[in-house]
Amino acid sequence: MLRVWLTAALLICFWQAANAAESQFVTVADPFIELHTGPGSGYPITRIVERGERIEILKRRTQWFKVRDDRGESGWAARDQMARTLQPSGKPADFTEPGREDYQSQRWSAGLLAGDFGGATVYTGFGAYRLSRHLSLELNASQILGNFSDGWSAGVNITHTFLPEWRASPFFSLGTGIIRIEPKSTLAQAEDRSDQTAIVGAGVQAYLTRRFVLRAEYKSYVVLSSRNDNEDVDEWKAGFAVFF
Amino acid sequence: MESRIRSILLRPLSVAVCLGLGACATAPAPEQTGTPQVIEPEVQRRDIDVAAIDTEDFEVTAFAGVMSVEDFESNAVYGARLAYHVSESFFGEATYAATTVGTSSFEKLGGGAVLLSDRDLTYYDLSLGYNLFPGEVFLGSRRAYNSSVYLIAGVGSTDFGGDSNFTANFGFGVKVLPTDFIAVRLEARDYLFDSEITGEKKTTHNLQTTLNISFFF
Repeated sequence: MLRVWLTAALLICFWQAANAAESQFVTVADPFIELHTGPGSGYPITRIVERGERIEILKRRTQWFKVRDDRGESGWAARDQMARTLQPSGKPADFTEPGREDYQSQRWSAGLLAGDFGGATVYTGFGAYRLSRHLSLELNASQILGNFSDGWSAGVNITHTFLPEWRASPFFSLGTGIIRIEPKSTLAQAEDRSDQTAIVGAGVQAYLTRRFVLRAEYKSYVVLSSRNDNEDVDEWKAGFAVFF
Repeated sequence: MESRIRSILLRPLSVAVCLGLGACATAPAPEQTGTPQVIEPEVQRRDIDVAAIDTEDFEVTAFAGVMSVEDFESNAVYGARLAYHVSESFFGEATYAATTVGTSSFEKLGGGAVLLSDRDLTYYDLSLGYNLFPGEVFLGSRRAYNSSVYLIAGVGSTDFGGDSNFTANFGFGVKVLPTDFIAVRLEARDYLFDSEITGEKKTTHNLQTTLNISFFF
């Protein structure tokens, strides 16, 4: 166990060392910028750097930058103040966040959804790859937690987004997968079963902010069971996705 | 730039000379043939590369603590967490943990009765945290460390007694950062799920207190 921890600690040290990139400097253009003790507006301001002074960017956490001035003092500066500094070439520094243009141009996304699967709670994780402006290929895996049974499902589907340039766009999906249902151990005649599913669905995906996208969807499952009748299950889910 | 263009232009020439004279080995390297540069390039005068800034928005955590599983005693619990910090206030965190439950009073008094064949309890959750009180803690008069009190709540699943159960959790914690990328967290959380193991269906409260060590990367 100790060896595992030591290895982990060493790996983290190497990671930190490997991340130590070349120094990057900007010059303060505002009358002054404030340095906080930590990466948040609630942390106290302990020093300021005045106009014309040069600061080195050490690292970044969320919207905060850890910087060091020429005297070797360091602190955390907010992104909106850092955005008003100058690069060595004299141009304003550009710390803009990813926006809607990136949402429309980037190909990969992944997300989490939660909702209702025929009366049971369902969690879904999915990953998507955009094949073209309108079409995406998605892989998903879900856990189903019901009162009388629980189970898993996994599937693949093709999604067609109708108006990708709109902030909120409807989409349509078609897919297939497998589902495994395990009745609760307290039930008599409990028998696990796995079946294939055919899925058709529709939903809305809306750009939220930065890298985040909101998503709500409805899916209709046809469970191709080995019994006489196929089962129909309705699923409603909502959640978010991150694109990258 | 000028010297680079010159070296590009000179290279085919020097190769031709080499081939012509058959004296490749003694030919000087083309880079060294240029005249000394009049203007030294300023190394600092380049734009910053935002993508190269080391971002530390992820936090990986190992933890150990005590989990009181309703009807099944308090037991040691171990687990791991992975968090992503969305902003200075919000973070999302996934947790996986395992414990082995003790004996219920029914099993102790029932003379050999066994409620569970598998005594392992594992759970995962996906939770949203909010840094409520960022600030500093002071150790003596010389040391100040960044800290925050955070609230956290989420949903997940608990595998216990042969079933997976929908589980909600909520709690709070205190985080102290001895350095920028290491955090020590003390956390208390309640995990709620419905259980039928002791006969009738009821919502169980499973309180957990943990000591966590986190690394930002």
